[in-house]
Amino acid sequence: MEYCAPETLAEVCAALSNADGPVRVLAGGTDLLARFASGMPRPSMLVDIKKLAPARVIRQLPDGSFEIGAACPGIHIRADKLLGKYWPGLSEAMDLIGSVQIQGRATLGGNLCNASPAADAVPALIAARAHCRIVSVAGQREVPVEEVIISPGRTCLRQDEFIVSFILPARASRSADAYLRMTPRTEMDIAIAGVAVNLTLDDSGVITDSHVALGAVGPVPVFAVAASRILLGSSLDEEVLQRFRRQVSVMCRPISDKRSTAEYRTDVTAVLAARAARIAYDRAAADIAS
Amino acid sequence: MKKHIQMQLNGQSVEFLCETSGTLLHALRDSLQMTGTKEGCGSGDCGACSVMMNDTLVCSCLVLAVECSHADIRTVEGLAAGDALHPLQQAFLDNAALQCGICTPGLLVAAKALLDKNPDPTETEVRYWIAGNLCRCTGYDKIVRAILDAAQRLRGNASVNELQP
Amino acid sequence: MTKKSAAIGNEAPGMAPTIIGTRPVRPDGIDKVTGRARFGADVNLPGSLVGAVFRSPHAHARILNIDISKAQALPGVKAIITAEDLPVISEDMALINNQPPDFRDLSANVLARGKVLYEGHAIAAIAAIDEQTAHQALLLIDVEYAVLQHVVDLHQAMEPDAPLLHEHLITKGITPAPKKPSNIASRYEQVHGDVEAGFAGADIVISEEFTTQPVHQAYIEPHACMAQVAADGQTDIWCSSQGQFMVRAYCARLLDMPLSKIRVIPLEIGGGFGGKTTVYLEPLAVLLARKSGKPVRMQMNRSEVFKATGPTSGTFISLKIGARKDGTLVAAQGILCYQAGAFPGSPVRLGCMTAFAPYNIPNVKLIGYDVVVNRPKSAAYRAPGAPMASFAAECLIDMLAQKLEMDPVALRLLNAADDGTQTAYGVTFKHIGYRQTLEAARQHPHYSAPLGPNQGRGVASGFWFNIGGPSSAAININEDGTAVVTTGNPDIGGSRAAMAMMAAETLGIPYDRVQVLIGNTNAVSYSDLTGGSRVTFAVGMAVTQAAQAVIEDMKRRAALLWSVEPAEVEWLTGNAVLVAEQKQLSLADIAGQAARTGGPIAAQANINAQGAGPGFATHICDVEVDPETGHVKVLRYTAVQDVGKAIHPSYVEGQMQGGVAQGIGWALNEAYLYDENGRMLNPGFLDYRVPVASDLPMIDTVLVEVPNPRHPFGVKGVGEVPIIPPLGAVANAVARATGVRLFDLPMSPPSVHKAIKKAARRRR
Ligand SMILES: Cc1cc2nc3c(=O)[nH]c(=O)nc-3n(C[C@H](O)[C@H](O)[C@H](O)COP(=O)(O)OP(=O)(O)OC[C@H]3O[C@@H](n4cnc5c(N)ncnc54)[C@H](O)[C@@H]3O)c2cc1C
Ligand code: FES
Ligand code: FES
Repeated sequence: MEYCAPETLAEVCAALSNADGPVRVLAGGTDLLARFASGMPRPSMLVDIKKLAPARVIRQLPDGSFEIGAACPGIHIRADKLLGKYWPGLSEAMDLIGSVQIQGRATLGGNLCNASPAADAVPALIAARAHCRIVSVAGQREVPVEEVIISPGRTCLRQDEFIVSFILPARASRSADAYLRMTPRTEMDIAIAGVAVNLTLDDSGVITDSHVALGAVGPVPVFAVAASRILLGSSLDEEVLQRFRRQVSVMCRPISDKRSTAEYRTDVTAVLAARAARIAYDRAAADIAS
Repeated sequence: MKKHIQMQLNGQSVEFLCETSGTLLHALRDSLQMTGTKEGCGSGDCGACSVMMNDTLVCSCLVLAVECSHADIRTVEGLAAGDALHPLQQAFLDNAALQCGICTPGLLVAAKALLDKNPDPTETEVRYWIAGNLCRCTGYDKIVRAILDAAQRLRGNASVNELQP
Repeated sequence: MTKKSAAIGNEAPGMAPTIIGTRPVRPDGIDKVTGRARFGADVNLPGSLVGAVFRSPHAHARILNIDISKAQALPGVKAIITAEDLPVISEDMALINNQPPDFRDLSANVLARGKVLYEGHAIAAIAAIDEQTAHQALLLIDVEYAVLQHVVDLHQAMEPDAPLLHEHLITKGITPAPKKPSNIASRYEQVHGDVEAGFAGADIVISEEFTTQPVHQAYIEPHACMAQVAADGQTDIWCSSQGQFMVRAYCARLLDMPLSKIRVIPLEIGGGFGGKTTVYLEPLAVLLARKSGKPVRMQMNRSEVFKATGPTSGTFISLKIGARKDGTLVAAQGILCYQAGAFPGSPVRLGCMTAFAPYNIPNVKLIGYDVVVNRPKSAAYRAPGAPMASFAAECLIDMLAQKLEMDPVALRLLNAADDGTQTAYGVTFKHIGYRQTLEAARQHPHYSAPLGPNQGRGVASGFWFNIGGPSSAAININEDGTAVVTTGNPDIGGSRAAMAMMAAETLGIPYDRVQVLIGNTNAVSYSDLTGGSRVTFAVGMAVTQAAQAVIEDMKRRAALLWSVEPAEVEWLTGNAVLVAEQKQLSLADIAGQAARTGGPIAAQANINAQGAGPGFATHICDVEVDPETGHVKVLRYTAVQDVGKAIHPSYVEGQMQGGVAQGIGWALNEAYLYDENGRMLNPGFLDYRVPVASDLPMIDTVLVEVPNPRHPFGVKGVGEVPIIPPLGAVANAVARATGVRLFDLPMSPPSVHKAIKKAARRRR
C-alpha cells in the first residue's frame, strides 16, 4: 500500500485518477483503519486529504450559507460557535460520533462516504438540505447528500472522485434543526435509530418548511418527505404529532440485526421523531422571541 | 518499501522505519519500544492507546505511522517531569484510581487533554470526556474522583483528600 | 457526589492497627502511572518471532485435512504447528489430583484435534519474522472441513436429537448411566430437607423461568505471552496470567514436560476476573519457540479474545419458592442449566450452592445440568456461576415482597442466614455478616430517598464462599532493615499494597520500608491462582506468618547480642526490647549486625490456608426507565458488603465498584450474539457493550466489618461478591419503575420496550 498526502486540489485529483490499482481517500481513518484491522483488503494507494486546505475550512459565505470542509474533524465542527448557532442539530449529530478520541479524527466526508445506514451526521445533513461538492480531474459537480449513498457501503462517487466540502443553504430566520438517536449506551455506540428534523416557522409559530431524515431504518438513510409534509401548516399540536409519528413509522423499512429488532427500530424512530421535532420547533420559536 | 518517519515524541526528535499500513501504536510500541501506550482492541473502541497528536487526543491504533511525519506526539511517558509526577498521576495514585492499570496510561493522557481545555469540569463532563476509555476494573468511580481531584490541585487548591480528615 | 464509604463494625480487640485500614499509595503505583509497568504484550526479546493463530471459521466441523505447505513455503515463516505437535494425553494423565481441568479437553481446546467445536477454535499456529508475514501465512493455510450441524442454543443442545459435540459424552451424575451420548455433560443434585413437605406448608408459591446470556470478562488487556526455549529444552515463559504456577503446571502437562524445565515469569496483568485462570497461547508459543529455535511473542486481538476465550455461561433457570403469609420462606426448588461451551465444565454446581445461601430455608432441592454447546469453552468469571442463579432467586424474593406488600429488606431480614444456619449445600455458617449488610442498607439514606416518575428502586443480596488454599510468601530483610516480601501471586487490583501493609503491620515498621515482589516460579514456592477472592486472605496469612517468623528470628538474634535468653526479649512496634534492662534494638539495628548473629535474615511461610470467611452483600439500585424507548438509566447505586476487615479500604471499595459495574453491564447490555451459522456477531467493544463512564453514577460503598477470626487481621475475601447482587438489583429496580418484570437478561432497550408494550396491550 502506498500513501500520499497532497496539499492542492489538483494533486489530490491527480493522485486519485493516476493510481493503477484500487485507491481510497483517507480522511480521519476511523472507519478505514478499523476495517483494515479487521481484515479488509488494503487498497494499493491511500490518498490522505487532511492536508488539503479547502477540505479543512468551515466558513459562512456572504449569502448566509455555510461551507464545511469534508475533512474537518468533529472537534473543529463542534467548536465552531457560528455553525452551532445556525445548525445546532448537525453540530450535535457530528458530536455524537464515537468518543473524544474519535472526534479528533472523524470527518463529515468519511461519515457520509462510509455509507453506513446508521451514520449519525448523514440524516442531519439531509434534513439540512446540504449538497456536497464532488471533485475530480474531470471537474466539479454538486450533489444533494441524500443522493450520495446508493446502498450500504456504496456511494455514487467514482473511484477518481472525492468530496471536498459540504454546502448548507442559507438559514431562514425562525428556523432550526435537531438530531436525536437511540443507543443502548450513552456514548461509544452505533445508532439503532436516528432522526433529524429541520423546521422553519412563520412569525405566528406555524411551520412553513420542514425536512425530516431517518437513520438506521433502511438500507440507506431515509429522506422522509411525506412525514415532513404533515408538519407543514401546523404549530406542532398533539394531533399533528400523532399523525407525524404514524407516518414516520410507515416510512421505516428497518431490518432486525445484532443491534435491534425491526419492530423496536420502527417504534423508537417514531418516538425520537416527535421529540426531535419538538426540540427543533422550540429552537426555531426561540428565534421568534429574540 | 519501508518509510522513514521523523517526529517529535514527548519533546524529543525520534526517527523510525515503518510500513505504510503500520499504525502509530505499533510504531510506538514496537519500533520505539515505548510500551506505555497500550493496545486493548486495535479498533478505536477502548482508548487504551490514547495519545496526543499535535495537541489533539486520538487513538494511536487509528492513526497510520506515515501520517505522523513531523507530528508532535505525546504519550504517558512524557507526563511526568523527570521524577516529579504530573498532578493527574499523583491523583490517580492517591485516589486508588487504578486496579490492574492497563487502562491507566490512556486515561491519564485523555484526562490531561480535558484539564488542559477545561480546568474545572463537572462530574458529568468528566464522565462523557472519558467515555472512550474503557476501564473494566474500577467502575470508573475512583477515576472520576481522581480527575476532579487533579483538576482542583491544578487550579491551585488543596487536594480533595487533604481536605478530608 | 457521595462521601467516602463509612466503616461499620468492631475493631479486633487487642493492639490497635496503625497501618491496616489506612490508604497508602500502592508499591507498584508509580510504574503504572508512568507507563513503565510491563504487561503481557510489553516484553520483547531481540530476534523474537511473531506468532499467530489460524482459527476455525465454522462453529462445528470435522477437520478432513490441514495443508500447511504453502504457508511453510512463504519466506519468513519459521515454524508451523497443529494438534499433531501436541502429545496425546492418556486417560490417566487427564486430571491432576482429580480436579478439573481435564487436560485432554484443554489440549483439544488450545489446538483442535480432528474436530472444531466453535468459531475461533484454534487449528494451527505460525511463527514468522514479523506480524505481516505471520498474517500473510495464515491466509495460506488450507483446511478442508466437513461442516457439521451446530448448536449454540442451550435448549436445543439438550434435545435428544441435537447435534452432538462429543460422540462419547455420557451424562455423569445419573444412575444408571444413560446408554446414549448427549450434550449434557453432567447432572448435579443438591437436596436439603424435604421440598414436597415444604411446599405443602406454603401459603404462597411463586415460580418463574429466567435466562441469562454468556458474558465476557472483557479485561482490557488481550492475552499475550512470550516463550523462549534453550538448546537443552529449558523453557522460559513471560506472560500475564492469574497464576504463574498454573501456567507452569498446565504447560507441563499439555506438553509432557517436567515442571523443572519450565520457568514462568509473571508480568503485570491487565485484568483477568477469572478469565486468565487457564492457558490459550502459552503452550503454542512454547511449541513454536522450540520448533523455530527463536523466542516467540504472541498476542490475541480483541476479536480472538471474544471468540476463543472463556465467557461465562449463558443459563436457563427455572425456580420456585414457597413462603408462609408472614413471609417466612419454607421451600425452594429448581432446575439450573448452564452452558459449558465446547467442553464440559460450567460452574452450575456453584450456582446451585450460592442461589439461596443468604437465606435460612429448611427445604431446598436444586438440580443442575452442565451442557456443551458450540461456543468457546466457558471460563471462570468473578463468583463463577453465582450471579445468574442469584439473579433468579433475588427476583423471586422481590416478587414475594411485592405480593406480600412487604419491604424487600424486611423480608430478607426475616429470612436471613445467621451464624449457625445450615446451608442447603451442607456448611454451617460461622461469623457471617449478612444481617448486618441488610441493616446497614436499610439505614442508608439511599434507601429512603424519594423517587421520581418512571423511577424504581431495587434491592438484592448475594453470597460467595471465598477460598483459601496453598499459598506461599517469603520475607527477606535487607541490611538497612527494609523488608522485601515475595509472593507467588499476580497483583490484579492492588494486592501488593495489602501484602506490604500486613507485613509492615506485623513487623512494626513503616509501610514504605516494605517492598513487594511477585516471584517467578523458580524464585518462590508454589501458590494457587489469584482468584476466588483468596489472595488477601490466604497469601496475606502466609505473609503474616512469614513476618512472625522474622520476628522470632529477630528476638533470637537480639538475645544473642544481649547475651540473654530469647524468651526475655519482646517485640514491640519494630523493636526488640529487653524490658528488664530497658534496652532496645530496632529491626534495622539487628539487620545491620546480621553477620554477628548468624548471617542474612529471611523467613518463609508455606501454608494451606483454611477458614476463609464467606462474604455477603446487599445492594440498592435506583433506575429511571424511559417508557417510550425502554432505555434504562442507573441513577444511584449503593453496595453494602461484609468485608471482614478492609486492609486497604480504597482497594476494597474498588473491588466493590468494579464488580457492580460489571454486574450492571451484565444486567443491561452485555451479551454474545450469534448468526444462524454459529458465528459471533459482536466480537468487539463497539457492539459488546461494557459500561462506559457516562453510563454509570458514582457507586457508593458501605464496608461492614465482621472480622474473620481465622485470619490474623480478620480478612474475608471481597472480590467476588460484588458482581452477584447487581443483576437482581437492577432487574428489581426496573420491575418497580415500570410495573413490568423482565425475566431475561440483558434488559436492553429493545427488550424492555417490548415488555412494556406487551404489558400495555394486555392491560387494554
Ligand atoms: C469507536 C468508534 C465509534 C464510532 N461511533 C460512531 C457513531 O457514533 N456514529 C457514526 O455515525 N459513526 C461512528 N463511527 C464511525 C466513524 O467514526 C464515522 O463514520 C466517521 O465520521 C468516519 O470519518 P473518517 O474521516 O474517519 O472516515 P475514513 O475512515 O477516513 O473514511 C471512511 C470512508 O469514506 C471515504 N472517504 C472519506 N472521506 C472522503 C471524501 N472526502 N471523499 C470521498 N470519500 C471519502 C474513505 O475512503 C472510506 O471509504 C465510529 C467509529 C469508531 C472507530
Ligand atoms: S487499542 Fe486503540 S482504542 Fe483500543
Ligand atoms: S484498572 Fe483495569 S481496566 Fe482500568
